Order: sequence, then C-alpha cells, then structure tokens
Amino acid sequence: MVVDQLHETELDRLFQAFADSTRRDIVRRVTVGEFSVSGLAALYAMSFAAVQKHVAVLERASLVTKEKRGREQIVRANHEGLQNARRLLDEYEHMWCQRVDRMADILAEG
Amino acid sequence: MTVISTEKNPEALSLTLVAEFDAGAERVWQLFEDPRQLERWWGPPTYPATFYKHEFVPGGQASYYMTGPDGDKSHGWWEFTSINAPRQLEFDDGFADSDGNPTGEYGISHATVTLETVGERTRMTILSIFESEEQLEQLVQMGMEEGMKQAVGQIDSILAEHASA
Repeated sequence: MVVDQLHETELDRLFQAFADSTRRDIVRRVTVGEFSVSGLAALYAMSFAAVQKHVAVLERASLVTKEKRGREQIVRANHEGLQNARRLLDEYEHMWCQRVDRMADILAEG
Repeated sequence: MTVISTEKNPEALSLTLVAEFDAGAERVWQLFEDPRQLERWWGPPTYPATFYKHEFVPGGQASYYMTGPDGDKSHGWWEFTSINAPRQLEFDDGFADSDGNPTGEYGISHATVTLETVGERTRMTILSIFESEEQLEQLVQMGMEEGMKQAVGQIDSILAEHASA
C-alpha cells in the first residue's frame, strides 16, 4: 500500500475528512450552495466552535474553501479538491494494474 | 491483455481486479509465496519493496519497506488471515513504523486473492476492501455527483494506453 508517501498522505487526509458524518453532511450541503459557518452551525446540535473545527478538517483535506466576507466566514466546495479525491481512487486501481503487468513479466521469464 | 476487468463497487466498497496469466496456478501462487518474487512486483521500479519478514502461514505476518528515489524508506506490514494454496489468499495491509510495528494511525486494506484455472491459463481475482469503507463510498459517490468526467477521462486514456502497451 505504500506507494508514494505524498499521495498516501493526501489519501489519509481525505479518509480522515470523510470519517465523520457531520463533515460528510457539510460537504454535501456546500456542493449545492455556499454556507456561512454560522449558517452551518445552526443546522447541527453542536457549538459554533465544533462546526468550525469540522470545516477546518475539510479545508485541510482540500474539500472546501473558506473565505471571509464581512463578519461571516463563507464555506464553499473545493471542486478541484473533490476531483483530486476521485483521481486518487482511480490511481489506486491503476497501481494494481501495474502490479499485474510486473507479475506477467516475471511469469514470462518461465 | 493481462488485466481483463476492474470494477469499483461503491455498494460493496471495493475494487475488484481480474487478470489472466499464461501460467499455471502453482506458478502464479509463487509470486505471493516467495518473498524474492513478491518484492519484484509489489512496488513500482521507483519504490522497490523489500520483504524482510514473510511468515506465509495463516496468522503469519510479513514486514516490508519500500525505498524511494532519495533512499527514504516507507514501512508496511501484512497479516495473512487465510491461506489455501494455490487457490486463495487473504491478507490485511497497513503502515508500520521503522521497526515494522503497525502504526494503527492509517487505514488498513484487506485483500482477497483467488486463483482459478481456465484452460492453460490462470485467472486471478483480487478483491480489495478498505477499512474506511464509508469514506471510500462517500468519495466515489461524490465523484459521481460532481460529474468528474474530465478526471475519469484521463484515467480511461491512461488505462487504454496501458492496455495496448
């Protein structure tokens, strides 16, 4: 599984980001439209600080972006980051295809 | 073409890869059983694997590291959860510290390797399941919702090149 440390670290951040149902819900909502952190906080039975923390985890995983607008912090989906998530999954598949190629090469030696 | 099909299944949260080799099942089995052969294919040429422990028995552990272009080492471990030579092999795969001890801080993946004899050839099916299953499903679903045609197209062309190579 250890292929490229950089990619693995990206993947870990993504898995960590998606490991929590509130964070998944936040991502789902902001892909449809932008939300302020306080707007999100009103949706969940948790403190503003707790929601802010979840947003920070998603931000680190490049799944959302946060921008100050006046006194509000606006959260949006990071479409580039989401594409990257999909690409990482496909890379995992590609990695196994390459392994199979090497296996075939060894077998071809007889 | 060696790889016959790959399937990402968001319901089962798995990746299934089917490949066929021009060799008998016993011979293909050696690619897993013999650590010297295993390390020739597990890591890419730029990150070759070294298996310094390989207890190829049910419940046995394997320890390996992969050496990067700058000499940096990434450690990993396997635990063989099931071995039925030369038909089926199951193992967990995760990260380890430099002493080969599982770190636990990263996810574990579980692989099931099945070998079937098809005429003169051997069909290998590898089922890969992530421990962070929910996350993986979410990732895949989001990918679809976002209509990531561009990214998928890139992968398709890479796979097409790969298939014709």
